[in-house]
Amino acid sequence: MLRYILKRLAYAVILLLAVITLNFLLIHISPGDPVETIAGSMGGMSEDLRAQLREQFGLDKPFIVQLGIYLGRVVQGDLGQSYFFNAPVATLIWERVPATLLLVVVSVLLAFLIGTFMGALAARKPNGPLSQVVTFLSLVGYSAPVFWTGIVLIILFASVFPIFPVSDMRTAGSDSGGLADMLDVLHHLVLPAFALAFIYVAQYSRLARASMMEALSADYIRTARAKGLSETVVLYKHALRNAVLPVVTMLGLQFGNVLAGAILVETVFNWPGLGRLAFDSVLRRDYPTMLGILLFASLLVVVMNQLTDLAYRIIDPRIKA
Amino acid sequence: MSTLKLARRMAAAASVAALFATGALAADQPRQGGTLVVGQYQAPRHLNGAVQSGLATGLPSTQLFASLLRYDDKWNPQPYLATSWAWSADGKALTVKLRPDAFFHDGQPITSEDVAFSIMAIKANHPFQTMFSAVEGVDTPDPHTAVIRLSRPHPALLIALSPALAPIMPKHIYGDGQDLKAHPRNSQGVVGSGPFKFKEFVPGKEVVLERFDKYFLKGKPYLDKLVYQINPDSTTLLIGLERGDIQMLPFMTDPTQLRRAAKDKHIVSLEKGYEGVGALSWLAINTARKPFDDVRVRQAIAYALDKNFIIKVLNAGFAKPSDGPIVNSSPYAAKDLTIYKVDLKKSAQLLDEAGLKPDADGTRFKMTIDYMPGMESLSKNVAEYARAQLKKVGVAVELRASADLPSWSKRIAAHDFDMTTDNVWNWGDPVIGVHRTYLSTNIRPIIWTNTQSYSNKRVDELLEQAAVEMDVEKRKALYAEFERIVTHDVPLIYLAQMPFHTLVSDKVGNPPDSIWGPLSPLDDVYLK
Repeated sequence: MLRYILKRLAYAVILLLAVITLNFLLIHISPGDPVETIAGSMGGMSEDLRAQLREQFGLDKPFIVQLGIYLGRVVQGDLGQSYFFNAPVATLIWERVPATLLLVVVSVLLAFLIGTFMGALAARKPNGPLSQVVTFLSLVGYSAPVFWTGIVLIILFASVFPIFPVSDMRTAGSDSGGLADMLDVLHHLVLPAFALAFIYVAQYSRLARASMMEALSADYIRTARAKGLSETVVLYKHALRNAVLPVVTMLGLQFGNVLAGAILVETVFNWPGLGRLAFDSVLRRDYPTMLGILLFASLLVVVMNQLTDLAYRIIDPRIKA
Repeated sequence: MSTLKLARRMAAAASVAALFATGALAADQPRQGGTLVVGQYQAPRHLNGAVQSGLATGLPSTQLFASLLRYDDKWNPQPYLATSWAWSADGKALTVKLRPDAFFHDGQPITSEDVAFSIMAIKANHPFQTMFSAVEGVDTPDPHTAVIRLSRPHPALLIALSPALAPIMPKHIYGDGQDLKAHPRNSQGVVGSGPFKFKEFVPGKEVVLERFDKYFLKGKPYLDKLVYQINPDSTTLLIGLERGDIQMLPFMTDPTQLRRAAKDKHIVSLEKGYEGVGALSWLAINTARKPFDDVRVRQAIAYALDKNFIIKVLNAGFAKPSDGPIVNSSPYAAKDLTIYKVDLKKSAQLLDEAGLKPDADGTRFKMTIDYMPGMESLSKNVAEYARAQLKKVGVAVELRASADLPSWSKRIAAHDFDMTTDNVWNWGDPVIGVHRTYLSTNIRPIIWTNTQSYSNKRVDELLEQAAVEMDVEKRKALYAEFERIVTHDVPLIYLAQMPFHTLVSDKVGNPPDSIWGPLSPLDDVYLK
């Protein structure tokens, strides 16, 4: 068991190092650099300042040296200072993690619950009208780009019928704490969470439907019905538990995708999360922040994969090795 | 009339009069209190305008920090931290008297030491070197007198002392030896001298400021709280303004959005307030490359474009015309400049004269046009329009898009362009924002210098003389000659002033309309 964990850990570390190096390379290849961005934001810059900044950011050193310095720092836990904000990258990331986690967890939960439920219902009559509707909505949800969905939701529910806020996580300048604040955040969370969830509702409902259909045709279901159990118990206690396995796998493996989708949703809704910061950092060529976020995201994906494995073992006692 | 009836009548009249009186009073008196939410689409790096220029930092910085002078809407300097100021006879010293009752947000008094520190710090750190390069030092004969000593006369000094350009910082906080450009108090725990004090800064998200109760202008500011909400999408900000979540949107420039705002009864669209920044939009030509080193070719390109079309159609009439290097509203803007009214025949004729005859296909020569990303109505759309027009006179144009601003900046900084759209700001005095584009000594590999490699000895002379000329009329004459030369030489084809507008909710009283507009203290603003 210990060997297994250590092996997994080693893989994870190597993977993360590879990710960092690749990201470093990609960022440095792009045209433009952080000093140009800062010059742009200032409306001009003197030559001295430009040279000074280039030296401060280490941009005058060869690429390999820069990579080496960065890796050396990361290993010691130092993610560096943002070029743009002059603030520690770790602080910037830490401030934004809760917002993104909230968005992602709620979206995934929504997608999981709604998707599985709809899929399970549709599975009862595979060719019935509900099933057709589920299939249709799945295709639409899967095909529509998440930023389009987000913008359409804003237009419909923040502009035409202004029942939800247009953007951000809280009402600007609000000081409220406790329950009032929580409700404010939830109010702002509705549209972005639905925008992000929509794609995954589509996938999970299709998957749940297929998986449920397969589960329902199994022998043990016939036995349960023969035992005289109510249809509800048969469906939700027995069949669903088995049908849910593929969905859980999907969930874990897709976590990376959900984070990527979160970048787009956060940008559309100006949600103050990591995704938004990542997007802005690329545009600003804020290398340390960008690399810090990518590192964090990679870490998260690796952890999620491990947790999925674990969850699998818990849900299905048949799985051992 | 019976006594009772008379009494009743008089009582009625009195109460009506009282009603009017209070009504009138209420209309005149700004109401205390409330939160004003301002939307801004550029994220500030930090909040200290002493080491960072641009609107992103300028918007909150001018609320946190006061300066020696402020300006009205007629380019007249007004007292702010300074109560009076006087030039020496030779124009090489400005003596400023400070008000004795001004305090920083931490309760410490504002003295001439802080003024001296701030001006020298800005001189050392601010990206606009020409603002204080002439300053040799600042003497402090007493706590409320500062004497700014210059190496030469420097008429631009007065406007350089505006809130957006010369914030006065507390020496006891910012003078602790740390590099001011990266000082931690630029972003957190900011201590300034302005009407609002620091509450919170979440980088990339919002700036929250609170009323400073000990502000030296008694009774002001009227607002309790000022929030700068950062959202790169100006359309979303506009929707927020329509819904009432936001009350003020400065620096709005997209014609589609301005048109939409104009239709909304509850939104007031202010054109005033941008005379100071003097944002000019133009097509810059790289005169170091053939055939653009020939003035006839540059003039030919200018004659091929119809500025009316660019202003009335591409910008829906919201942009104002710009015919020269100095913004129209500046006291130094001159008349009788060479205007290039669209004339395709003349354009073709000039190209013939320059020896660029059309080949078998009708093409005289090929060129590329770069354009700045963003603000499309004066950038991408202009480039596309220019391509269509130039085709008519036999010039084949290829447009070059840049992925984002840093990519575009890098190309232009490296002088890797034939012609590009650009927008450059005057920043109040020609010395600060205009000279940098035309001086032959400023041809550098940096964005917003003389990246056009323009070199004209007479222009260099005129600009050098104008920089030190204290007599306003003589200065105007020098700049007038400069403007006539560059509009003849046309290293830049002037298109329009950026159509900046401040959109405010009709609930906002005294919206900012001085020459610096939203880049000045909002201590007069109130919510109705």
